[in-house]
Order: sequence, then structure tokens, then C-alpha cells
Amino acid sequence: MAINWFKYASPATFYFLAGRMIPFFTVVAVLLLLVGLYISFFVAPTDFQQSEAYRIIFIHVPAAWMSMFLYLIMAFWAGIGLAFNTRLSSMVASAIAPTGAMFTFLALWTGAWWGKPMWGAWWVWDARLTSELILLFLYIGFMSLQAAIDDPRRADKAGAIIALVGVVNIPIIYFSVQWWNTLHQGASVSLVQSPKMATAMLTGMLIMALAAWMYSIAMILIRTRSIILERESRTAWVSELKEGVTRS
Amino acid sequence: MKWESLSAFISMGGYGLYVWGSYGVALLCVVGEIFLVKKRFRTLHKELGLNEKSSI
Repeated sequence: MAINWFKYASPATFYFLAGRMIPFFTVVAVLLLLVGLYISFFVAPTDFQQSEAYRIIFIHVPAAWMSMFLYLIMAFWAGIGLAFNTRLSSMVASAIAPTGAMFTFLALWTGAWWGKPMWGAWWVWDARLTSELILLFLYIGFMSLQAAIDDPRRADKAGAIIALVGVVNIPIIYFSVQWWNTLHQGASVSLVQSPKMATAMLTGMLIMALAAWMYSIAMILIRTRSIILERESRTAWVSELKEGVTRS
Repeated sequence: MKWESLSAFISMGGYGLYVWGSYGVALLCVVGEIFLVKKRFRTLHKELGLNEKSSI
């Protein structure tokens, strides 16, 4: 079966496709969140060292993962938009930034509220924490730069350059706990080793991470639809919507 | 049931402030983002005078 992928690269087509996908991702996100929260608070055992304080992990780790994943995806689409001049790619990149910034903030915030009881400090200028803070500044820089440039296509290009340069920060965040002597603990979950935690804890964390993925996709799709409408408000297909012509 | 009482659940072994401080702000962020994202879309719909039926 041949699918013409270029068809979906057209903002007009994507607008309707996204509209049909949003309810699906919303429902799955809510279901996963409910299961994830149930495991986080009622199934996962008490930690032998950290007692109940470790339950912050169920938001902290998914938020930190999302902050890095979303940055890579944002930089990827911004780069595609820069290289091939595909409008939709750049719009998706712009739609990802606020959700990525939100998860970065949450990773830092929950980290502070976990650090205080465990390390005795809300914040330390440690490699992991500092590189994650730089990630937040990269997201904010990307959004501010785009907001400051009136011409959307030029804003896309300028944003893409920041986003691509900032990618260098992602491996720094990820490997910071190995490269430097840090207060932050090493990875509990990795692709090459078996996880260093109880199964129920791991399951809860992974389900919360999946919920965060589904939530992010739903948010990004709605935001992309708004950006499409903003940029294409003078086109024929948007005018058709004004007349109430249904189209699928 | 894992928790002996509601107050045990709320106190989180003495770490209630930190656990609920984390979950509470996470909830605020998510609810806030959903509100802003929907508001932007609805405002646009109104400004452009679109008739399209919307699920959000």
C-alpha cells in the first residue's frame, strides 16, 4: 500500500488529520495517567532508604525524559523545516517548545522538592542540574526569538538555528552524571543494564512516561492547529470553513 | 490497602510537603497548559468566524 506522505505535509490536510487524532491521544493519556497514579501511590512499595519521598520519581523522571525527547524532536522538525522549507515542520517545532519548556520546568521543580529532603538543598550547581537549567533557557530562547521576529518564515529559520545548536546540550545532560562527579544519582534505567529498582516502581514510572507522551502529542497537535490557522487565515480552505463547508 | 489511614496517605511518611509540593505544581502546570492551549484555539475560531465543529 502506497501512502502519499507528502499529502500530510500540507498544513490544510494536517489540520483535519490532527483534529481527528486529538481525541484518541487525550483519552489514552487520561487512562494511562489514572493507572500510573494508582501504581505510584498504591502499588509501588515504600523505598528502604527514602521512605515515601521517592514517590516524586513518578513525575520527576518522566518530566526529565520528556524535556530531552521533546527538545530532540523540536530540533529535528526545525532542522527539516530549515533544510527543505517545509512549512508544517517548522510549525510543529514551534508547537513543541512550550510543552517542552513546561516539562523542563517540572523536572527542575520536582527535583528541587526532592533534593531538599534528601540532599538538604533545594538547588546545587551540579552538572546535571545546571545542564537541565540551560535546557530551560534554550526553550525560552527559542520561543522568545521566534516571538520577536515578525515574518514567520524568518522566525522559523532563526529558531531552527538556536534549536540545532542547542542539541549539543542533550548528551551533556544525559551523561553529566557519568562525566562529572555529581550529587545527582546515576541512571536507574538504561538500555544496556537491567533496571536498578523494584518492578512496581519501574512499571509506574514507565506508565507515567507514556501518559506524558500521549499528553504531549495531544497538546502539540492542538497547538499546531492553532499555528496553522494563524498563518493560513487568508487562504481559500480556511474561508471554506467560515462558510461551514464540511470537509474530511 | 497500602495506607492505614487518610492522614497517613497525606503525611507520606513525613515527606508530605515535598511529595504534594511536587504533584500539586505538576497538576497546576498541566491544567494551566490545557487551559491556555484550548483558549488560543477557541479564540482563533471566534476571530476567524469559523463554523467547523470542533471536538476540543
